[in-house]
Amino acid sequence: MYYVANIMRSKGDPKIVRSGPRHIPPADRLARSLGWFSIGLGALELLAPRRITGPLGMQGDETLVRAFGLREIFSGIMSLSVDRNAGLWSRVAGDGLDAAALMSAMNRDNPKKHNVALALLMIGGIALLDYRGAQETTRRPQIGRRRLYPDRTGFPKGLAAARNSARELLSRTKTVAS
Amino acid sequence: MKALVWHGKEDIRCDEVTDPRIEDPRDAIIRVTSCAICGSDLHLFHNFIPGMLPGDIMGHETMGEVVETGDAMDGKLKKGDRIVVPFTIICGQCEQCKRGNFSVCETTNRKRHLAEKVFGHTTAGLFGYTHLTGGYPGGQAEYLRVPFADATHIKVPEGLSDEQVLFLSDIFPTGWQAAAQCDIEPSDTVAIWGCGPVGQMAIRSAILLGANQVIAIDCLPERLSMAEAGGATIIDFKTESVMDRLQELTDGRGPEKCIDATGMESHVMPSQPDTILDRAKQMLMLESDRPHVLREMIYLCRPGGVISIPGVYSGFSDKIPMGALMNKGLTIRTGQTHVNRWTDDLLRRIADGEIDPSFVITHTVNLEHGPEMYRLFRDKQDSCVKVVLKP
Ligand SMILES: [Zn+2]
Ligand SMILES: [Zn+2]
Repeated sequence: MYYVANIMRSKGDPKIVRSGPRHIPPADRLARSLGWFSIGLGALELLAPRRITGPLGMQGDETLVRAFGLREIFSGIMSLSVDRNAGLWSRVAGDGLDAAALMSAMNRDNPKKHNVALALLMIGGIALLDYRGAQETTRRPQIGRRRLYPDRTGFPKGLAAARNSARELLSRTKTVAS
Repeated sequence: MKALVWHGKEDIRCDEVTDPRIEDPRDAIIRVTSCAICGSDLHLFHNFIPGMLPGDIMGHETMGEVVETGDAMDGKLKKGDRIVVPFTIICGQCEQCKRGNFSVCETTNRKRHLAEKVFGHTTAGLFGYTHLTGGYPGGQAEYLRVPFADATHIKVPEGLSDEQVLFLSDIFPTGWQAAAQCDIEPSDTVAIWGCGPVGQMAIRSAILLGANQVIAIDCLPERLSMAEAGGATIIDFKTESVMDRLQELTDGRGPEKCIDATGMESHVMPSQPDTILDRAKQMLMLESDRPHVLREMIYLCRPGGVISIPGVYSGFSDKIPMGALMNKGLTIRTGQTHVNRWTDDLLRRIADGEIDPSFVITHTVNLEHGPEMYRLFRDKQDSCVKVVLKP
């Protein structure tokens, strides 16, 4: 990619000799893994819903699984974006929906109940990760002390002086014009 | 030399890069003494502006000392001169430059074919910005090559500090142009959406241009306090209704002049459902900009008024209420800043002590700490309004 990018530059443009460190907060890293996981799972649910409904004994629920797939993909895209926090919270909510759907499969006279239980356990684990990620990426604007700037007028001669000279100038140009 | 380099979305690093050199007789190289992070750098940080390539050097608010020049300076610039570099690169000779329309200079965009495809026409080359505007390496670096340097500079008179003049490169003339485009009359109310650095400059500019009342809208206490210090009446859109407060402050007429100092990344919040829809469309690449502020301004501006847009928009915006715009007879004025059209006057005002733009600086750090400052500024941590970097 850098090679291709450099073709677009002029000969004299500075090129990277040695790259500095990349700063990614750990919470962002977690968000990124969960985002990609979400997209992968979503794609599977959307394209091959039988691979999900079969082992869970939920045949007939393919449309629901497809809809869940779309939801997963959208949450994933959001978790990878700068609004990762909203993405992760949407994943937490999604985990709730997943769990509810699985619970309903538990209650039925389902021969694959043990698989459903396993899936529920997995969802629980992922939900914990999602929740942690969502908590950690919640922006806290208060980190560091909150300062206010009530004395930063920008006018060395004061606000009143700035106002007055402007009004004088305006009225003068007005009289000249008329 | 060291420089802040764009590697991808939310990935800016302080890299060691090769030194720039003179490529054209009209070039100059400066040793950067101060540079700043701009709000529009955040749009690049978020990869919301198309046409960035990994390896691009950031920064378009820069000043320094000339250390080398090409042979075609025509006596206009010499080694040792202290200059501020306007973010718009200008030739000074084309028809647009002669008209003072510097930000649409017809000569300086070296990737003009890209701009012509996307915008219909070329616009001026810009430092540290997308390849649509030339992809020129930016000034968040130890050295900067200034193309067309005989025209693209503002000479700094002795006795003024870096901090006083640095913002002539962008945010001060940008805030000024935003207010000047409003053709302010003594009875006017000017409402300004967004109290970031450009908004702060627009507030002071509107005062200096004689507005009767300036109203500033934001949600961050530190920015609102700074706006109030500059003479604005403030509205916190998180706790108050912008519509109700504007009606109240203008006896139900609405502000005659509205300035959008927010741009394409409007605040997303549940109480304004259109912002959520915009964000969703943006993620699915159905829309590039989030024009909530623009919609609100069209709705709230007094009929016959002016809407001035210094905020950056990159591509396509949905659901602009054209019906209201047309029937209310509003005028929209916008553009990248014609920096050199204003700087002689603004430099005089700084030298006369009428205004000191350094009021906006809240953080000054070494260039190496730049990458962290991008995050700090983006997340509005530590009451950050404006970051200055010292190479
Ligand atoms: Zn800028
Ligand atoms: Zn020109």
